[in-house]
Amino acid sequence: MRSRVFLIVSIVAALLVLALTQAVANNYLFFAGYVVLQFVVLATAWNILGGYCGYVNFGSAAFFALGAYTSVFFHKTYQIPIPFLMLIGGIVSGIVGLGMGYLTLRLRGSFFAIATLALAVVLQTLIINWDYVGGSRGAYVIRPNTIQVLGMAIPYIEYLFLLMLLLAVAAIVTARVIERSRLGYGFATIRDDELAAEAAGVPTLRLKLIATTISGALMGMAGAPFPYYIGYLEPSSAFGLAYAVNAIAMPMIGGTSTWIGPLIGALLLGTIQQVATVTISSAVNLLIVGVLLVAFVIIAPNGLVGLVQQRLRAKEQR
Amino acid sequence: MDFPIELLINAIIAGILLGGFYIAVTVGISISFGMLDIVNIAHPAFIILGSYLVYIVNSTFGIDPVLVGILMLPVFYVLGAAVYQVYYLSFEKRGQEALRGLAFFFGILFITEVGLILVFGVDYRYAEAPYIGPALRFAFVDLPYRMLIPCVISLLLLAALQLYFSRTFIGRAIKAVSQDQQALALMAANPIKIKRIAFGISIATAALAGAFLVIIQPVEPSVGREYIGRVFAICVLGGLGSLPGTVVGAMLLGVVESITATFYGPSWAPAVAFGFLLLTLAFRPAGLLGR
Amino acid sequence: MTEPLLKVDGVGKRFGGFVALDDIDLAVLPGERLGLIGPNGSGKSTLVNCICGTLKNETGAVTFDGRKMDGLAAHQRTILGLARSFQLPRPFHSMSVADNLRIPLLYAVKARAGAALSSTQLDEHCVEYLRLVGLDHKARKLPRDLTQVEMRKLELARAMAAEPKLLIADESMAGLSHSEIEDILKLLMQLNARGITIILIEHIMSAVMSFSQRLAVLVSGRKIADGDPQEVVRNPEVEKAYLG
Repeated sequence: MRSRVFLIVSIVAALLVLALTQAVANNYLFFAGYVVLQFVVLATAWNILGGYCGYVNFGSAAFFALGAYTSVFFHKTYQIPIPFLMLIGGIVSGIVGLGMGYLTLRLRGSFFAIATLALAVVLQTLIINWDYVGGSRGAYVIRPNTIQVLGMAIPYIEYLFLLMLLLAVAAIVTARVIERSRLGYGFATIRDDELAAEAAGVPTLRLKLIATTISGALMGMAGAPFPYYIGYLEPSSAFGLAYAVNAIAMPMIGGTSTWIGPLIGALLLGTIQQVATVTISSAVNLLIVGVLLVAFVIIAPNGLVGLVQQRLRAKEQR
Repeated sequence: MDFPIELLINAIIAGILLGGFYIAVTVGISISFGMLDIVNIAHPAFIILGSYLVYIVNSTFGIDPVLVGILMLPVFYVLGAAVYQVYYLSFEKRGQEALRGLAFFFGILFITEVGLILVFGVDYRYAEAPYIGPALRFAFVDLPYRMLIPCVISLLLLAALQLYFSRTFIGRAIKAVSQDQQALALMAANPIKIKRIAFGISIATAALAGAFLVIIQPVEPSVGREYIGRVFAICVLGGLGSLPGTVVGAMLLGVVESITATFYGPSWAPAVAFGFLLLTLAFRPAGLLGR
Repeated sequence: MTEPLLKVDGVGKRFGGFVALDDIDLAVLPGERLGLIGPNGSGKSTLVNCICGTLKNETGAVTFDGRKMDGLAAHQRTILGLARSFQLPRPFHSMSVADNLRIPLLYAVKARAGAALSSTQLDEHCVEYLRLVGLDHKARKLPRDLTQVEMRKLELARAMAAEPKLLIADESMAGLSHSEIEDILKLLMQLNARGITIILIEHIMSAVMSFSQRLAVLVSGRKIADGDPQEVVRNPEVEKAYLG
């Protein structure tokens, strides 16, 4: 399927999702759906660097929080519409991703992973000590109840849901376009054998920087509307462990080699978690995610998509 | 201007004592990451686990925390060997340790932290012992016993390990396996078994480090994560796999953190370690002592 | 006097206390067929790594096509026309055999030529290279489905697909049958006839002798002989160190 066709198909799918939400007139759907879509973006973004290039980012929360705090900063300074905040958040996170990549990507993959952890903590410490955006006390973001979109007044949460839906489509289309492009082939060689990739003429450092930047930017864009969603932003929720572990678990459980894996992982795990948080407790829900991650990594390293592919290949050979 | 020299000297001394404790925390990673090339970012989780176990025994039976730590050494050794076995069979053997091994340890780190939250909640826990509280005084210099004792024992632990790695057969085999696995196999030593022993030792040190931790400060489940940066910063600073390097890195970090906390406030302390780590990785990844 | 295509001047490399390469001088003329032999561990692959940028040499300089290679990353050297195969094959595991060959075409060749090859042109090139090494029937297979011998051929084909000016073939013939060795030699001769300079690193003496115009010998990190193959093999030092 050509990329242009895929884009149209995804937009249609998104419109269908939207139509569905209109049919079920329940605002809760928007609240829960927003979170799941957010994870779709985070998982897809993580996978561009982690799944395609093989470089693990433990600090997804940092890029997400950067986007969120950029919004808080502007909220206190000069009000800007959220779509623009998303762009700015994306740019800020992208630049930080580029910078961090430049410092650490020339080293081994394991050093990069550790550096991402370090980055998350450094950023968190900086934010905690920066009173303008609330510091450790947090920042309140007042949001209106409704907003005018195309002449209609819709609930604000539906507006946020829409934005996140668009971002999710953009993230998935980006991932798929990359996957099938020359860039995607280059990423795969980095994952398979970086030394051989260099010998074959692949500019590995440049490609890794591109991956880090795109990945970071998407995560930042996902974080930008978050303060408006949650109303009160403080460092421990923005930098929460839930983001770091979900951003890794969802692609690894779904399958890291294609754009489908993170989507499936996010939809599945995201929905399960929404249900679990309400019925059991949020701590148990995180525990489940952690256990699933370890289980899948040991038993089914290629994720759900990998299992399906295995089944298909076995059928072919019969 | 009245430069607070007494404050500075106390900060430096406190930093040295802290550095001693950091040695115990880091030596396990020096072994697993420095010698075996296993990125066990879950190491702080094992330390915190150790802290909580020490806390339970200490508060239930009143046994001295350091003693509990020593008693737990064999338990943690077995735990470490078991974890390595799973790691080896799932990842090393299949050659997939890069991505999946990291995710595996991250999962363990995560499960441990959340598990502890579920069992113990987020309240701070601390151990009780007669030496937690009183301090030795030399003029204006304060040497709290709760810092002094872990520091001294850490240095002893390091010396013992250094002897082990240079004098015993298995110890030297462990050092050899980090250089050349094939050569080791030719020597009719089983590299997998050697690595398992080494990793077991690495996790065993976490038991002791955990005991020290709960003596030095109150613990709660997320404390482990603060140590990830410190541990790797020290390792990289001191040069991977070098035990003497660990001392240098630990002391340096301890002193800088202590001075930062004294003059700029404790909320900046985590950034110090991680900032160090980022800078070292960026500019001198071979460490100060280089390899 | 023609300028050498590749000039290695006083290159040295140590690993800790171990001296892998000691003051190596080597010059390869354009269009030449150089054989490089030496016992295991003599530093042949280390030399290749230093020439190609996979490793950084501590002393000395590498000059290729009149340009100093210092500081250039491996991929840049490949783009400039220096390609190598790895002694232990390093295929890209997640992609098909044909796609393995796409990579140098997509990256090295494209960077050099500037214009992109169309998808069909790419496929044609891939198949052509596969046919040259006799792997075209396995185009769709994954590397893990190949035999050891086929992996070596893939390794060589991937180096060829970078369309180099100088190709370093690092022990591509290990484990091949007599006729397969003949095929590879014929292939390398064809490439050489097209103007590609070739450095052949091998243990199979018959192949090296029949192929090389010049022969260099590396022992314990030092070059102990360099010249006409017939004379070099009669050199007593070479006999003692290697052939004896």
